[in-house]
Formats: sequence, C-alpha cells, structure tokens
Amino acid sequence: MKLYLKYASIILKSQMQYKASFFMTALGQFLVSFTAFLGVRFMFARFNAVSGFTFAEVLLCFSIILASFALAECFVRGFDTFPGIISNGEFDRIMVRPRNEILQVLSSRIEFSRLGRLLQALGMFAYALHESNVEWTFDKILTLILMLTGGFFVFAGLFVVYAGLCFFTLEGLEFMNIFTDGAREFGKFPFSIYGESVLKFLTYVIPLALFQYYPFLYLIGKSDNTLYMFLPLLGMLFVIPCLLFWRFGVRHYKSTGS
Amino acid sequence: MIELKNINKTFKAARRNAGLSEAVKALFKKEYTYIHALNDVSFTINDGEMVGYIGPNGAGKSSTIKIMSGILTPDSGECIINGRTPWKDRIAHVREIGVVFGQRSQLWWDVPVADSFELIKEIYKVDNATFNKNLNELTELLDIGEIMRTPARQLSLGQRMRCEIAASLLHSPRILFLDEPTIGLDAVSKIAIRSFIKTINKERKTTVILTTHDMQDIEALTERILLIGRGKILLDGTLSQLKKKNSTRKTLSVDFLGKISEVSHGMSISKMMDGHAEIVVETDIISVSEALSIISNQVEISDLSVTGTTTEELVVSLYREFEI
Repeated sequence: MKLYLKYASIILKSQMQYKASFFMTALGQFLVSFTAFLGVRFMFARFNAVSGFTFAEVLLCFSIILASFALAECFVRGFDTFPGIISNGEFDRIMVRPRNEILQVLSSRIEFSRLGRLLQALGMFAYALHESNVEWTFDKILTLILMLTGGFFVFAGLFVVYAGLCFFTLEGLEFMNIFTDGAREFGKFPFSIYGESVLKFLTYVIPLALFQYYPFLYLIGKSDNTLYMFLPLLGMLFVIPCLLFWRFGVRHYKSTGS
Repeated sequence: MIELKNINKTFKAARRNAGLSEAVKALFKKEYTYIHALNDVSFTINDGEMVGYIGPNGAGKSSTIKIMSGILTPDSGECIINGRTPWKDRIAHVREIGVVFGQRSQLWWDVPVADSFELIKEIYKVDNATFNKNLNELTELLDIGEIMRTPARQLSLGQRMRCEIAASLLHSPRILFLDEPTIGLDAVSKIAIRSFIKTINKERKTTVILTTHDMQDIEALTERILLIGRGKILLDGTLSQLKKKNSTRKTLSVDFLGKISEVSHGMSISKMMDGHAEIVVETDIISVSEALSIISNQVEISDLSVTGTTTEELVVSLYREFEI
C-alpha cells in the first residue's frame, strides 16, 4: 500500500509536468459521461418509464454503475494500457522487480484525470438520491456500498482478463470493451430491459447483473429478497478466475526482441 | 553461482509474404514457423566472475538473459541461480539481481533521477543506511551528483546510462546482468562505464554477465567469453586462450619504394597499393624476421608495423568458423 502511494505520488508529479493536458483530460472525461446523462434525460422527457423503471430509478442505477466503473478505472485501469506495456518492453522491467506483477502494473498507470468521471458520478449520485424515493435505512445503505464494491471488483476482473489476453495476442482486443466501457453504457438501465437471455448471460457468465440488477431491485423496493442484497459479494468472486487466467498468461509471456 | 542445464526455448512466429492481399489471407490462415531461440544451452558461472556473452543478433543472447532474470519461462531445462529457479521463485530471485537493458530505460521519464531512485528504494525495500551508503558510493563513482535533480527525459544518453546502472545497483545485487550497456555511447562515456563495471566487480565481488557487440568492451572487461550462435553455446573459454590459438597469424604493414614481385610460402598479400602493402604471415611456417628479410631484399622499406589479430577480427573469424 505504501508502495502504491509512492507510485501515485510519482505519477502525479509526472502528470503535473503537463498541467494543461491534465485538466483538459479531466474536463473531457467529465463531459463525455455528461452527454450520456443528457441522453437519458431527453428520453425520459418523451416517455415516463422504461420497462417499469422511472427516471429517478434509472438515474440512480446509472450513477451507481458509473461510480463503480470510475473507481475501477481510476485505480485499475493500468491494465487498459497493458498492450503498450507489453509491446514497449516495460513488462520486462516489471518482471525483474521483487514485487507482485499485478500491483506494479496497476500502480504504473494511475489515471488521476479519470477523477473527472468520478466527480460526475458523484454529482449524478447526489441528484439521483434527491430525486429517488428510496428510504435510506441501514440495509439500503449497505446494499449500496456492496453494489459499489461489487462493481469495482467485477470491472477490475474484466480489466485483468483484458490484459491477460495480451500475453497471447500481444495486442489489445477491442471486443473486451463491450464488457467494460460497453457495460458502463448499457448498464445505465437495469439489465432486465434487454431481455431474459442477456440477463442470464450477465448473471452466470460475466456477473455484471449480480451487482447491478438484483441488488438494485432490492434497493428500490421492487423485491424483498434479502439474498439479492448480498449477491454483489458473489460477483466479487469473479476476480479469482480472472487472476488465475492472468497467472497462466504470465507463464506464456514471450517478451519482445530488443 | 549460476547453473544452466539443457535449456530450450522455442518461439512461434507468424510468417507471411509482403503485400495487402497476403495480409488479408493471413487473417484466415496463418503459417507459423518455429524458431529455436535456445537449443540445449548449458553453462556454469561462479560467484564473482565477469563473463562476456557474445554472438550475432538473434543468436539467443537476450533470451538467455531473460530466462536468467526470470522474465521468460523456458520450454525445458534447468536453471539454478543462488539455489533458486528464477521463474518459479521470481520475487526472491530478482531481489538479488540487477538488470540493465541498454535499449530500455527503467527511470521514470518525467521526474528527476533522485525521485526514481527513491521509488526504487521503496520497491526493493532497501533500508536507509544501505541506500545512503550505496547512493553516495555510486554517485561518486559514476559522477552523477550534478544530474540527480534533472528529469530523465532531459539527460543525454551517456548521462542516462550512468543513472540506469546506478539504479540497478542500489539494492546491492549479487549478480548484475548488462544487456548492451554501451550501445550508442561516445568514447568517453564508454570508458567511464567500463572502468566502473570493473571496479564494481573487483570491490563488491558482484558477478557480472555482459552482452555486447562492442569488442572493446570484451577486451577491456572480461576474461571469460561465451559464444552463442543459432541458440547453441559454441565456445566457452578465456579470451587469451582464444587469442593464442589465433595468434599464429601476424599482419605486416609496409610502406616501401620499389616493387614487391614475389613472396614465399606462408606469406600472402592481403592489400597492395602503390608504395603500401599489407602482408599476412603465418608464423608457424615462416618467422616474421625471415618474411621481413624477403621483403627488404626486394624493396627499400620506409615504414613498418606488425600487428597480431584484434579481438574484432577474432570474433569475425569465429563467426565464420561456426557459420553463424
């Protein structure tokens, strides 16, 4: 942890060397997700509800997924630039340092500019809380926290898989973005609106629904099943196969010529 | 102690012909070739030794270094370094080694060198006393005190390389791998780095394994050389042994007036210009003085020098001998 902070400080120092770039990127990140918010807003200006979810509910759902994604992105997105780390040989350097590879990859790229997105998510969150009629009892708050941490872990797992694939292809695979950036986009609506089969896929294969759909139902009072509240914990287990896959990848690391 | 036994490593490489249509074809059906980067490589290096690892590009030098430093996992074979297998016990292993890749930087590009060193201290968990002692010693030996506050991106190549080497010695490793440490450097920096490597090897008893294409590096630094070609260790011996084996041949370069019309058995003219000639003498057939008297009988010699084989020529002849 201490090392992570050290890394963070050195990266902050480097990024501050390019101040204008830093603030513009943060602003850009902010605006990008803001347009998504406007999209939802305008749609609800025409319709009152989507598959039985009101505007306030969708907003809450969106802000939760956005916040967990932004958190994961801010701290774990080192993996997103992983194809670059492999092809420029930086991974060789990581391998000769006596620390866990994953920790090093994570801390080598901390994106402070993504704080813009996090800020946005928080803003929307505050707005959604204000609009929604959820009564914030202890278990509701716990559900919310579980949703956020569950989301963080599932997204982190996806980033790890994305990076692990690079060991075999030496290049990033764009299709993985369906589950990361894509999930953020289509995750603004509860997954049930996409139909039964999509929901099943997102429950059993890539457990996005475990921290979004089911606990969300509980959160807004559409379900009384307290089991739903703890489903995000199950979703967190998703990182285990992801890490195993990563290990398997490291064994197959080929390095690039020098 | 470094021990490699029967190490094999194969890479799979996609192959296709040039051109767009070929590229599209390759999308659907790929042809692969298997490259045997390392083929049954075995050697032993003792503590405190300094070894030059040479061979042409693509011979397998870097692959060997990467296996020894725990980056790559070989297909088969054994490698025990200080009692550990690098790829199985990576973290404990790399704590005791330092690696310099001449072509890649380990310093953080945008921050002063001193900050990079601080972070390295943290990564290797070096305690304050050792760190300060090492830092002072290295700063002095490598003369980098003045550039410690400069961001790495603003350093010249020579300055940066000195910082790179310092960075990989901060945790007092027992083994130092240098992969082309003098590549692209000017003469002054090269000499500085060579003398530094020598000092470190002598005073700290650090084992040094050095790959290079610069034969002066080899000549200045290493007693023992390992020659690798096409993934195989072809030769393992000392530089002086090798030289002795090849030193039966001397080159006379002569400036003269007149014309050399004949040379005897054991002499051959390698270069002939107007008034200047280079003559190779096989000393096991004819002695240098005999060869000289044959020449001076024909012409008037105005200037003369005798040279043995240089390391450069030695290596070229080795490469030729092994057809690599």
